[in-house]
Amino acid sequence: MRKEIRQKNGSVLVVGGGITGMQSALDLADSGYYVYLVESTPAIGGAMAQLDKTFPTNDCSM
Amino acid sequence: MNIALLTLSEITKISGEAGNFTVSITKYPRYVDMEKCIACGLCAEKCPAKTSDTFNEGLNKRKAIYIPYPQAVPLKYVIEADRCIYFKRKGRCRACEKFCPTGAINFEDRKENISLNVGSVILTAGYKPFNPDHLDNYQHNRLPNVVTSMEFERILAAGGPTGGHVQRPSDGNTAYKIAWLQCVGSRDINRCDNAYCSSVCCMYAIKEAGIAGEHVGDQYQGTVFHMDIRTFGKDFEKYYNRAKDKGVRFIRSRVHSITEKNRDGTLTLTYVTEAGKNISKDFDMAVLSVGMEPNDSAVAAAQKIGLELTPFNFVKTDDLDPVATTRPGIFVAGVLQGCKDIPSSIMEASAAACRASINLAETRGSMVRAKEFPDEIESNSQKPRIGVFVCNCGVNIGGFADVPAIAEYAKGLSGVAYVEENLFTCAQDTQDKLVKVIREKNLNRIVVAACTPRTHEPLFQETIRNAGLNPYLFEMANIRNQCTWCHSEDRDKATEKAKDLVRMAISRAALLEPIPELSVSVEKSALVIGGGVAGMTAALSLADQGFPAVIVERSKTLGGNALDLVKTWRGTDVKRFVSGLISRVKTHPDISVLLNSGITGASGFIGNFETLVTTGDLPQTINHGVTIIASGGRATDTDEYLYGQNNRVTRWHDLEQAPDRLKDADSIVFIQCVGSRDDHRPYCSNICCTASISQAIAIKTDKPHADVFVLYRDIRTPGEKELLYKKAREMGVIFIRYDLENKPVVSETDIGLIVEVWEPTIGQTVRIRADFVNLATAIEPDDPEEIAHLYKIPLNTEKFFMEAHAKLRPVDFATDGLFVCGLAHYPKSIDESISQALAAAGRAATVLARSSIAVSPLVSRVDRELCIGCGLCSEVCSFGAIEMEPVAGKGYRALNIEASCKGCGLCAASCPQHAIDMLHFRDCQIDAAIEAVI
Repeated sequence: MRKEIRQKNGSVLVVGGGITGMQSALDLADSGYYVYLVESTPAIGGAMAQLDKTFPTNDCSM
Repeated sequence: MNIALLTLSEITKISGEAGNFTVSITKYPRYVDMEKCIACGLCAEKCPAKTSDTFNEGLNKRKAIYIPYPQAVPLKYVIEADRCIYFKRKGRCRACEKFCPTGAINFEDRKENISLNVGSVILTAGYKPFNPDHLDNYQHNRLPNVVTSMEFERILAAGGPTGGHVQRPSDGNTAYKIAWLQCVGSRDINRCDNAYCSSVCCMYAIKEAGIAGEHVGDQYQGTVFHMDIRTFGKDFEKYYNRAKDKGVRFIRSRVHSITEKNRDGTLTLTYVTEAGKNISKDFDMAVLSVGMEPNDSAVAAAQKIGLELTPFNFVKTDDLDPVATTRPGIFVAGVLQGCKDIPSSIMEASAAACRASINLAETRGSMVRAKEFPDEIESNSQKPRIGVFVCNCGVNIGGFADVPAIAEYAKGLSGVAYVEENLFTCAQDTQDKLVKVIREKNLNRIVVAACTPRTHEPLFQETIRNAGLNPYLFEMANIRNQCTWCHSEDRDKATEKAKDLVRMAISRAALLEPIPELSVSVEKSALVIGGGVAGMTAALSLADQGFPAVIVERSKTLGGNALDLVKTWRGTDVKRFVSGLISRVKTHPDISVLLNSGITGASGFIGNFETLVTTGDLPQTINHGVTIIASGGRATDTDEYLYGQNNRVTRWHDLEQAPDRLKDADSIVFIQCVGSRDDHRPYCSNICCTASISQAIAIKTDKPHADVFVLYRDIRTPGEKELLYKKAREMGVIFIRYDLENKPVVSETDIGLIVEVWEPTIGQTVRIRADFVNLATAIEPDDPEEIAHLYKIPLNTEKFFMEAHAKLRPVDFATDGLFVCGLAHYPKSIDESISQALAAAGRAATVLARSSIAVSPLVSRVDRELCIGCGLCSEVCSFGAIEMEPVAGKGYRALNIEASCKGCGLCAASCPQHAIDMLHFRDCQIDAAIEAVI
């Protein structure tokens, strides 16, 4: 058992920096894990950043 | 600070196993040094190479050196090497390098290979919009006024290529008549092989059709061509109804073709009505509501990692373990798992984080670091020594106002001890300089006159903390957005206004007070209300991480509605799953279960709740750090269609659970939307279409010769559930659509039950003899009022619990420390309930993982001498942060619960006695700024 504890790594890789990846990364970092957030484009934000406004309040997506 | 962001990077390989993976990553060059770039934009201004702006879907041009959009994170420029003149014609140009004020351009940047060790992996790398260019009947790549829905989003956006004006790309004229074509790239095996429903297009088309009207004005005419309208989510149906009320037309037809009517670009759409009539109509613009496909690079990565995929290339998961892939330790969330909208994606994101967290629980905290600051200098008793830093922001401010004059002016103001002018106050080397100057000059209040505090205040607050100052001894004057950006034509007046803004900031800064950090301790356990699948999943997900949980269940058994289910829509055995779940809950050392119990009292706040649970007559107090509400829902009864009068009129799973009853039956009719989507319950119960179709298929499989009818209003089988609908039709299940105005009629006759219904495509009433009529009655929440009242959390008009934000915080409440999942939130299938329960547990773990939680100290403060106990503040507070406390001989006095307070200021504004002040925004501080300018 002790050997297993030593082997496990307390960090998580999140692939994708869209709204889903960002939420996963934030939740994990807030729960005590180090996160590597890997994004293929120059900036995070994903498709939601491209949306003008969103349901239900028609708030700006930014 | 515990998230390392690797942009322009892709994973190439993952080896190892759950708990200890080695990941190989390729990081592509940015050609801009992130440490040095201050995003001033000079490089892009000088760059001569133009290329198509991918963020705006190619509708306009941008430069080869660019930031994707103004709010991008990281806000650092990048060179698109394929378009850059330096890279195309070796060594030429270098304009960006020449003009960059910080020397950030690095043409020598090279591809890097990185290797990381991690305990778990979450794949979220999303989707791509369906490309409709090969559909020759819609001519997207040929006709300028045929655009995709994503292109239309950019046309609507104020920051988009047309500045938010809805213009026809052909001639720039306003588009008045706009058509949306649904299911382009979805529910279509004829032209694109995507048999699934993309789940989101009906809603975004309704949104676009509504918002376009606001942009275009009175002459606007929006039309949505659709097969079914699938507004199955929470409050979606009301949004659809609102669009209809606002005049958006919905036509049930699939448009056959789009042609150009004339040279100005006007389009002619040809379609067939439900009654079989061929119609051609003209429109200014046609929007193709394109579906979702899994992103190619994400699919390639998933294959490289060795994950199993579905036939449509989504990552395969088990519907009772919805975020786990086929490889242990690797999880998936978002559209890569299956088509879904933003709230469901966010829910899954938290669910995946929770699953990863369970696997790694014993390593929690081993890799993270906490930021350390020097001890704070006591500054409250000292006379203000204000340091003022005036920023040029490159040319953004300095180009349009006289910055040296502003700095000189500031020197003469009261309390100012030091003034400095910077080219870029936000640059990293300036931060180091700021720390040095604050210490050397003994400054105790800082004003930065620059850009907006929204983006830069946290940076400067951290800087002054590094110099030993309390972060709230800081004030910004926004002389860019509020001055030079809007007065660029008049340098003198802009300079004068900037002086006014600086004077206001300095007057306020002199009165700023240090505010100590605020934190609350956390009781590391959870209370879960409801012992159904959602509640049990949430409790187990926390207990498996070492956080004890108490489940409070009002009935005498665990299991909830799932006890009535036989199979999931994919055919997985629910009974076995639920009994396994119950036995895990019962035997888990960190879970206790209180059956036949109810919540009779609640108080406290995040980290420190105190709930009174009554079992029989026996009350007990439970202390817990978080509360998860999973109080469930129930199928309603009805008095329609002879239910309760004829025992062959059944409901939901009655027939599925008693298969013997069907032995002699050869005609079964399902009626959908019984009590849903009407005036009384203006919402869709979400799961009934899939449930009835699954049962119809099961009956047809068993008895191929039986006649099975489904009477429906819209078939709502989102995602891959659409395949069930297709299968049912192939097996001969007959689907007949009815309207709310023309409901089916069930009557009892000598030959048994007769169902009469108007069939719109043949234009006749059909009479069906039925052995059984099975009703899909509405799902409603299970008595949530008392819980809502005790925890002071809101319900929507249909009494489903109302989350903090419909889009971005789907399992949180506005009040911290409370979370919701399952049917109490909205009707949903068992896989979605499990996902949401994992998400609620994941969010709850972000609280329980800490021994104390920092909360914003910018809270309200009550002067109890002035307070008269009227209770107005407590009434207006949306966060339950003000309680009325009895005070002997004085009645009541307001008590602010700092941990719950969000600092909105409603209480202060409503207090007739001016007994409430907001810290950092005290009346005297705001008055000082106002007096300085009038």
